[in-house]
Amino acid sequence: MSFEPKIAGFLCNWCAYTAADLAGISRLKYPDNIRIIRVMCTGRIEPSFVLKAFASGADGVLVAGCHPGGCHYQEGNYKAYKRTLLLKRLLPQFGIAAERFRMEFIASSEGEKFAAVVGEMVAKLKTLEPLQTASDRLAELDGMFGEAEGGTGGGR
Amino acid sequence: MADKLKFAFYWNASCGGCEIAVLDIHEKILDVAALADILLWPVAVDFKKHHIRDLPDKHIDVSFINGGTRTSEQREMAELLRRKSKVVVAFGACASLGGIPSLANFHNREEIFQRAYIETPSTDNPKGIFPQVKTALPEGDLELPLFFNHVYRLDQVIAVDYYLPGCPPTPDMIAAAVTAIAGNSLPPAGAVFGGPSTVCDSCKRVKQEKKVKGFHRIHEIIPDPERCLLEQGIICAGSATRDGCGTLCLNANMPCRGCFGPPDGVADQGAKLLSVLSTVVDSNDFGEIEKLIDQIADPAGYLYRFAAASSLLKHKLTGDGKSTVQAAERSQLEVAK
Ligand code: FES
Repeated sequence: MSFEPKIAGFLCNWCAYTAADLAGISRLKYPDNIRIIRVMCTGRIEPSFVLKAFASGADGVLVAGCHPGGCHYQEGNYKAYKRTLLLKRLLPQFGIAAERFRMEFIASSEGEKFAAVVGEMVAKLKTLEPLQTASDRLAELDGMFGEAEGGTGGGR
Repeated sequence: MADKLKFAFYWNASCGGCEIAVLDIHEKILDVAALADILLWPVAVDFKKHHIRDLPDKHIDVSFINGGTRTSEQREMAELLRRKSKVVVAFGACASLGGIPSLANFHNREEIFQRAYIETPSTDNPKGIFPQVKTALPEGDLELPLFFNHVYRLDQVIAVDYYLPGCPPTPDMIAAAVTAIAGNSLPPAGAVFGGPSTVCDSCKRVKQEKKVKGFHRIHEIIPDPERCLLEQGIICAGSATRDGCGTLCLNANMPCRGCFGPPDGVADQGAKLLSVLSTVVDSNDFGEIEKLIDQIADPAGYLYRFAAASSLLKHKLTGDGKSTVQAAERSQLEVAK
């Protein structure tokens, strides 16, 4: 089955986002499946952002930031890398293939690397099936849901 | 006494600990009895479902329902009590968050049946017999409640007015809730009885720098009773968990396991705890980081021990991407409706 996967891309302002910009300015061709969300640093990306992207129907998630040693807030990318490793162990327990989630270090000068990473991810995701949103999936499980869904947990 | 309050207690998918928790308020239980008539409490009082069915709607002042919802019978009882009650309180971690039973949401019904009725070493079931919703016998049809694919929090099944989290809720909290009900001083609807902040916030242990060079399970070391357990490499859920429990586990030199669910403002308790655990890893060497992260066995079990039904991702997928429900199952569901 061929489909157009949706990728949520969290890019740090100083490196990966600038690289995406550069890819555009250099008129590099890469698939338009990625929706870019700019954050100041990959260290700002809470694991819940990644889970929420998947829960909302993203087929893949990319986190990209500065190279080790190059983070503008010193250690943000190391923190992101540590979270990435644990997330990659958690996602398969939810039945989500670890390869749907990727972290890359992309310097501001590496427009080509950014384009290549997005291209590779899209190709990979096309070999998998589209992911349903978590609510659709839950609605289907026992046919109990739809508009009746309650809060988000513990009373909020 | 005509103006006594009317209470109901009910249990869904739970262990019975919440029932014991009610009794744990000790002599205050007499105050409750003086204050309220108990119209339903299967563990202690001999009223039946039909007694409740025959009541006028909204006759019960407060129903305290504990347990997750796993079967059609549990849903039916929750719906019945909702109709008959003015106020419904989700009592305990399972009703509030899904609780431990909702860890089953990391498996599908087929896997659960396979495990329970075929694979467990103590099972002898050569014909592979599974429980059925309907079994036709010469004497007539036998029926069992439908076993859902998913364990639900109470507020995913019926509207809930208040939450009393905890595994189980502490006697103080129960007393506070009952006092608030009796004194007509209830908080705004949707409120959680418990603190607004985290267990770490209430924890008296000495906290220095969160830098961990190795994770240990609680039986592997004897922890220093004065120092933060996470700093000693013990997985403690305190930083991602609502306070209000009085740090009971920490007082006993045991780590917080997260039974109060996420604090205000946190959408997904597991994601929050994941963030904490991974970033305390004290290394900037990629190989070493990987080794340390690998020491966290079964992340889903640690991160969502009490709140799997409240996770953003909600349920495990089978065959990456595909929904879990087979056509045959769906028709079984239709039968049950
Ligand atoms: S600023 Fe780019 S990763 Fe921190």
